[in-house]
Amino acid sequence: MKRSNKPIFWSLFGAGGMLSALIGAMLVFITGLGIPLGIGFPQEAMTYPQVLALAQNFLGKVAILAVISLFLFHGCHRLYHGLHDLGIHVGPGLKAAFHGFAALGSLAALILLVRVSFSG
Amino acid sequence: MARLKTYVRPMTGWWRRNPFYIWYMVREASCVFITIYALVLLVGLWRLSQGQAAFDAWRAALTAPTSIVFHFVTLVMVTYHSWTWFKIMPKTMPFVRIAGKRVSDRAIVASGVIATVVASIVLFVLVRWAVI
Repeated sequence: MKRSNKPIFWSLFGAGGMLSALIGAMLVFITGLGIPLGIGFPQEAMTYPQVLALAQNFLGKVAILAVISLFLFHGCHRLYHGLHDLGIHVGPGLKAAFHGFAALGSLAALILLVRVSFSG
Repeated sequence: MARLKTYVRPMTGWWRRNPFYIWYMVREASCVFITIYALVLLVGLWRLSQGQAAFDAWRAALTAPTSIVFHFVTLVMVTYHSWTWFKIMPKTMPFVRIAGKRVSDRAIVASGVIATVVASIVLFVLVRWAVI
């Protein structure tokens, strides 16, 4: 029997679900509301030098990649199954497209994180 | 081969008939917002790699009313996702035994919620006083 690829994608879905469950709400608040509106943070925070320093730090890179990649894998996995719930029955081709989209997004993040090492 | 004309129960709008399934669909819908949020961050990273002017434009776009509304809705949806994630954790993880006794469902859910609160406070403090 051919080995199923389900455990791999379910693990990525689960990891993304766990990460977003633990820090997702606070992260969305910080980057999307707290800093832009100046609630709990100085409104001028998240400047180019600050974020560049974060993206050039090894642990910072790991954190940024983990958030973008795992959130994408979590989201795309659920989007795919959500289509089934809505009565749109998609075949393995579109399933691959959803996981491929998450994989491409992760690859893009990885390339950009390497590229910012040479910025500034 | 001729298509079989058997009766297929119509499923259109199945989730709107029962509040349980409506909340299930709300939970599933949270993934749309989580995906878009990840893309917002990815665009930010892309703009960061292009230099100061590009990054400043992305940063300014975050203060636009549509961005604020999007992030507010996302915050609500992710919070709901977080709650449901731990609410079903007693069913999605193997039994945990401490000293031979099974850890109760309530304790598992509570520990998930507490972990979220602690992780959120740690992240807030870290970003507020270390990163920015």
